[in-house]
Amino acid sequence: MSLDITTERDASSSEESRQWTARVRNAATNALPPDRLLPDRQPAYMASWIYVFGVLTVVSLAWVIITGCVLAVMGPSWWHVSGLGHFVNSLHLWSVETFFFFMVIHLWGKFFMAAWRGNRKLTWITGVVSFVASIAAAFTGYLSQQNFDSQWISTQAKDGINATGAGAFWNVLNFGQMLMWHIVLLPIAVVVIAGLHVLMVRRRGIVPPFDIEPKDHTDTPSAAEVAE
Amino acid sequence: MSLSVLLGALINLNGSGHYVHWGFIQMSVANLVVVLLMIAVFVLAILLPFPRRKGPDQ
Repeated sequence: MSLDITTERDASSSEESRQWTARVRNAATNALPPDRLLPDRQPAYMASWIYVFGVLTVVSLAWVIITGCVLAVMGPSWWHVSGLGHFVNSLHLWSVETFFFFMVIHLWGKFFMAAWRGNRKLTWITGVVSFVASIAAAFTGYLSQQNFDSQWISTQAKDGINATGAGAFWNVLNFGQMLMWHIVLLPIAVVVIAGLHVLMVRRRGIVPPFDIEPKDHTDTPSAAEVAE
Repeated sequence: MSLSVLLGALINLNGSGHYVHWGFIQMSVANLVVVLLMIAVFVLAILLPFPRRKGPDQ
């Protein structure tokens, strides 16, 4: 009887391994085992201020999302009139300012490190795409203020957008469309792509300095190569 | 005098913006200040030593 159960379990296990859920789970755990996903140690060359701007960008993005959610709940009659509304509105603006400030310095640092080395091309590409998506999100934010400033900006922007031919499906004078892009589609895009970017950093590790780059151009240098 | 009035008096924003021109390049002073600040922070991040926690063998 027990033999039958074991045989049945083996057959069941073999069948499970062919299921897409099992294959996705195995691929995910192979690519990002827990100690790589949430590491508690980093290479010695990471001890530099230039490496902090990535996480500062992520923290700024978190504040952008949090304050944006508060603004969405309370509405324009709150953020344009009340003192607390003005404060949260300003937090939303200044967290965007710090987001771009830190992201551009992060970009400069990674560019001069040639951070696409060592099979990190996707890390670089997801960062670039996230940067472009966040610019679009910021521009639609100008159009979502619901004041004379946003009206002025939209009438100025329409000529530029129409000159590219994109005005046929991207109408900056259509407030409803711009608001939906700003609070739904573009935030989802930025968060998802930035999340993939962080996962790629976890997967491949941070790029080593030029002088200790692995000879075989693998992801991370060995302990002997990193040793100071 | 409240703090907000005091801080607001440092930079008068109640007027038209100031711009700098280099040939065909035109940039607001506010944007120029931000760009210079980013360059300064970038240089400092490279030059300044990062604090390290001393281990038992150091």
